[in-house]
Amino acid sequence: MDERTDAFLAHVRAGGLVEAGDWLPDEYRARLTKFVEMHANSELMGVLPERDWILRAPTLQRKLALTAKIQDEVGHAQLLYRVVEDLGKPRESCLDDLIAGRSKFHNVFHYPTRTWGDVGVIAWLVDAAAIISQKALLKCSYAPYGRIMRKICWEESFHILHGRDVVLTLVTGTDAQRELVQEAIDRWWEPLMMFHGNPIPADQDPMVQWRIKSQANEDARQQFLEGYVPQVWELGLTLPDPKLRRDDDGLWHYTEPDWDKLMAVVSGNGPASAERLAFRRLSRAEVDWVSRTVLAEAA
Amino acid sequence: MALVFEVFRRERSGAPMQHAGSIAAPDERFAEIYAREQYGRRGESEALWLVPRGAIDEIAEFVDEFDLKYRRVDGYSIKERLKEARAAAENATRLRDAFSAGDQNP
Repeated sequence: MDERTDAFLAHVRAGGLVEAGDWLPDEYRARLTKFVEMHANSELMGVLPERDWILRAPTLQRKLALTAKIQDEVGHAQLLYRVVEDLGKPRESCLDDLIAGRSKFHNVFHYPTRTWGDVGVIAWLVDAAAIISQKALLKCSYAPYGRIMRKICWEESFHILHGRDVVLTLVTGTDAQRELVQEAIDRWWEPLMMFHGNPIPADQDPMVQWRIKSQANEDARQQFLEGYVPQVWELGLTLPDPKLRRDDDGLWHYTEPDWDKLMAVVSGNGPASAERLAFRRLSRAEVDWVSRTVLAEAA
Repeated sequence: MALVFEVFRRERSGAPMQHAGSIAAPDERFAEIYAREQYGRRGESEALWLVPRGAIDEIAEFVDEFDLKYRRVDGYSIKERLKEARAAAENATRLRDAFSAGDQNP
């Protein structure tokens, strides 16, 4: 490693921040770009499972709230693609790579949404898992990303409330409504446990070493379990893992997720991966005339 | 080709304009629509400024070759000086009291 890179590493490890115009080591720029791009892709692909339920939302108020959440998520994608663009990769290339399957998005968006119970569980627990990672990113050594995360976290906090409200309505409703939530949680638990990734010790995780991430994967998962398992249990709901328990030291134990399966899912082999990418390809082709018209008119 | 605009927002009346982020838009009309949606749709801003990125003149290097400390608070070591001044005052008082008590060689 050269002197300049050493100095950069020392700077970020001491909590120093860097800006878009600063010199960045190639490896840092490459890892950061890939990471933020995957985050942006996830926001963009993450609206598709929820989009399926706009027309089927049970009340007008739910329909409006869900639409607003979807607008937020697309807005997050736009903000994040801006960060990626300033790092040197144009948004159009990101979208090309996404629909060609050359880049990734989060595992939870590769699964279908079968019932309205899924909508509540996604907004509550998937967003809760996401906000834990996102809050840790507020401290990212790349300051433009950290600043955008502040706005994103602020909006995500509404989503968790919306999700909790949907879930609370269902669990205080009929037995069938309650069963919708239980059944959705049963299906979503495995992807939720995979969400924060396989446990990589912080000192071996290059993302932590470069201070792009400030939290090890397992720490994020423990924080999720500590915060949300009791909230699920207090509603009289169960979680489909017989090994799940908290020991006296506050450490959560659980059945080890199948990490190969996680890798397969995020590589485009999840139950809804192909359908989602096909939809994104279709919508890109369908709106192509809009961007061409707008750009032609502005020119 | 899209243009990049830096967006500044005022959170409430009297607050300073603060950088919020940037947006890419084909022209100013679209930039205005995007900025409203991105940074003002929940009433979180009471005013926005849109600045084409190219119009920004950035200064990021500040040299102080002569270390002009007298213009900064760290250029003054009041604590040490005050300690000296207090000791001097105390000594003067002690001498005066001794003389007035008739001691010719305190």
